[in-house]
Amino acid sequence: MSDLPEIALYVHWPFCQSKCPYCDFNSHVRDQVEQDQWRQALVRELDHAVQEAGPRQLKSIFFGGGTPSLMPPETVAAIIERAKSSWQITDDLEITLEANPTSVDVGRFHGYRDAGVNRLSLGVQSLQPDVLEFLGRLHNVDQARQAIELASDLFDRYSFDLIYARPNQTIQAWREELNDALALAGDHLSLYQLTIEQGTAFYTKHRLGEFKMPDEELAAEFYEVTQEMMEASGRPSYEISNHAKPGQESRHNLVYWRYQDYAGIGPGAHGRLKIKGQKSAVLRHRLPEKWLGAVQSYGHATREVISVDLQEQFQEALLMGLRLREGVPVSRLKEIGDFLQQDRLDILCEEGLVIQSDDKILATEEGRQRLNAVLDYLLN
Amino acid sequence: MTDLSKIRNFSIVAHIDHGKSTLADRLIQFCGGLTEREMTEQVLDNMEIEKERGITIKAQTVRLEYKAKDGETYILNLMDTPGHVDFAYEVSRSLAACEGALLVVDASQGVEAQTLANVYLAMDGDLDLVPVLNKIDLPAADPDRIRQQIEDVIGIEADGALEVSAKSGIGIEETLDAIVEQLPSPDGERDSELKAMLVDSWYDQYLGVVILVRVVDGVLQKGQKIRMMSTGATHEIDRVGIFTPKHETVKELGPGEMGFITASIKSVSDCQVGDTITLDRKPATEALPGFKPSVPVVFCGLFPVDASDFETLRESLGKLALNDASFHFEMESSAALGFGFRCGFLGLLHLEIIQERLNREFDLDLISTAPSVVYKIHMNDGSLLELHNPADYPDVVKIDSIEEPWIKATIMVPDEYLGPVLTLCTERRGEQLDLTYVGGRAMVVYKLPLNEVVFDFYDRLKSITSGYASFDYEMVGYESGDLVKVQIMINGDPVDALSMLVHRSQAEFRGRAICARLKDLVPRQLFKVAIQAAIGGKIIARETLSAMRKDVTAKCYGGDVSRKRKLLEKQKEGKKRMRQFGKVDIPQSAFLEALKMGDN
Repeated sequence: MSDLPEIALYVHWPFCQSKCPYCDFNSHVRDQVEQDQWRQALVRELDHAVQEAGPRQLKSIFFGGGTPSLMPPETVAAIIERAKSSWQITDDLEITLEANPTSVDVGRFHGYRDAGVNRLSLGVQSLQPDVLEFLGRLHNVDQARQAIELASDLFDRYSFDLIYARPNQTIQAWREELNDALALAGDHLSLYQLTIEQGTAFYTKHRLGEFKMPDEELAAEFYEVTQEMMEASGRPSYEISNHAKPGQESRHNLVYWRYQDYAGIGPGAHGRLKIKGQKSAVLRHRLPEKWLGAVQSYGHATREVISVDLQEQFQEALLMGLRLREGVPVSRLKEIGDFLQQDRLDILCEEGLVIQSDDKILATEEGRQRLNAVLDYLLN
Repeated sequence: MTDLSKIRNFSIVAHIDHGKSTLADRLIQFCGGLTEREMTEQVLDNMEIEKERGITIKAQTVRLEYKAKDGETYILNLMDTPGHVDFAYEVSRSLAACEGALLVVDASQGVEAQTLANVYLAMDGDLDLVPVLNKIDLPAADPDRIRQQIEDVIGIEADGALEVSAKSGIGIEETLDAIVEQLPSPDGERDSELKAMLVDSWYDQYLGVVILVRVVDGVLQKGQKIRMMSTGATHEIDRVGIFTPKHETVKELGPGEMGFITASIKSVSDCQVGDTITLDRKPATEALPGFKPSVPVVFCGLFPVDASDFETLRESLGKLALNDASFHFEMESSAALGFGFRCGFLGLLHLEIIQERLNREFDLDLISTAPSVVYKIHMNDGSLLELHNPADYPDVVKIDSIEEPWIKATIMVPDEYLGPVLTLCTERRGEQLDLTYVGGRAMVVYKLPLNEVVFDFYDRLKSITSGYASFDYEMVGYESGDLVKVQIMINGDPVDALSMLVHRSQAEFRGRAICARLKDLVPRQLFKVAIQAAIGGKIIARETLSAMRKDVTAKCYGGDVSRKRKLLEKQKEGKKRMRQFGKVDIPQSAFLEALKMGDN
């Protein structure tokens, strides 16, 4: 075991075959991608990130997007290889790749495994044909089932995503769909309520009244039903929208929520890490072409590096940490500083929304369901 | 100086929209006060001023020269008075500057409530009235019916009422002749001690404070040192003039004349409407009758929506007060609304005007608390407390009795709406004093508590009569009443801005209404919120706002931290407009909406 501080690496692949109407991530559709240039650029920016972060032990790599399952396996392999040779690695290095279940993507699964990927996260989103169409997905239900099956064969661990609390969805229909999903599920599932984000096709359609979202009461019911079913299936929520058998949580995402250090490479990737002792927010250029050009010219495409001051760190630690069932260690908060409004926290505790013990602060189930308001109350 | 017998000072009494301004313009035009070209410009300016004046409620005078049938040239001073009874006292002073008035009645609409109120003020001032039927050329005009109505309702001879269309220029010369022939000339002694009535005053950015005067005795000249008899303040006159309507400097103003003076006065608070101006060296022994210092009857709190606008609000109120001696304000702080001002007004219209000017001219976003009246509270120790703000209500055990102001309200309404109007007045604790029919219209006179009228009475009256009712009121004095303070509480904390003094019989109804309204207005919170109305310790109404059920971002990964913090900052920004009640934060806007007198 090493004493070096840990780090996780996020790699952003910004390309998709088509843009999904609900997605506000940094994703772009391009006819052609210069794969050699992209591979080299990602590796170059990784070198820069290694310099920035200093000596570390790497505990996770996560390929997100976009659609990372459009990456040639060689690119994935090159990045993994360079990361492993640049930093020390932990024994249980987790390497996750997000994948779509279309046949083209599935064809590359073997290659990813061979490159070192040991965890696959599939964007299934629904097990109903009409819903897949509504969500603008390019795969069908059979392909989704086949992709899940193959993932379970090839990878140590796998997970898939579903989107629920959709327009016109009933609680009963969701129960059935989730039951179907559980029959296919491994040890981990991500279940997201549909949200309407600015800058998406859904945002406009929703504004024009083309569909109606469930109201607060119904959304709450969806959420509660989901918690109950996942609890019963032995995969309780460990985060607002993530469920796993104990020990099978996404270690990469836990780094985010535990407010530990992570570096990001690729267009629009964020990092939060200590650079020369100072917690910093690092952001890369979002536009693929701009990012590529910058890396080719300067070795990285950093848009900004901002120092996160202690109060902001305190806020961010709680913003992220209270999403977790495990809560936030008091010791972690004390390390940052004394920014806790105890009187407000006391009220939240009285109301059963938060629990404060000697060693941690955590949001109760009630509290997590209303976390935005709880955070607003506690931090503002 | 003008021969007194050649002067006529007159005013025009009319309901809004019955054509007072148009008639005034025609009279000015006929007398050549303005050329055709100036007329257009002036009329436009005038309308703008009139709008402002309608708002600042300023009197205006115009001096006209008219060569009458007898071949003599007469000086006709037209006094344009404000038209609303909120300013009854100001109107009465303007009228006191005249010997007669044209009573203008729309030949199809007939007498309205406001016509009556002003007619009575004119009668109180012993003015001679010349009835004028305006808009005679409209198809709906029915002069015979309206003549009859004038005789029935106002009780003056209307056979000889002039038939006029100010718009088409019909009957203008006849009107001028009638002014000369039927209205009396003023009295006055040039050699007596100076007595001039201060009719109105306003702040002009070039001239300073301009004072409108009517000389009764003596002469006003530049260089004189004048004294305001009510305050003792002295000033030196630096300009004497008249309006034609352009302002024109003259050598002097003698008995019976109207005009203006300026005297390097910085503040209108030295210029009380109705005060007597005399000479400092040789003062009159007695002031002119009828002077009353202005007393606000309706109060409300004005608060900036954005707390950082407080100083701007203070400045803006100061500017308004500069022009309006009857407007009062002092600082106030409220737990619900922050820092603001308690403001006193002559009436509801005055309140609306000030609010509108603050919005329009000073671009201020304001919250106003429910208007309240002035209560007289007799304490057990024999002292008398004048309560302007329900939040200052004293400990109930120390109170012996409370008196509230009552008004006499005159409502004119088409017959078919009479029923709902009577019901409304009864609901508002009204006592019917009179009910008469004139043609298809009913005139009801009610005695009503003013606090029932300031609470959405106008709006209700308008809505139940489809806007056909006209309403006017005058104060009749104080009477003791069974009044209680209703407090609104949010999770047990009183919301001072919403507390109100109401009659015991109305307390439950009003408390219930405001709780129900708040329940709809307050956004759901993390916690359950109890909204209660209470009298003392006794809860009379309760609503419970259940806690919010779900509010959480579904996806939040590495890239979202910054976004989340921005959301937090946005929420924090929003909290600036929130007020904290115990453990809940309530947006000011909820109180604002609750305060809006509306359709409950």
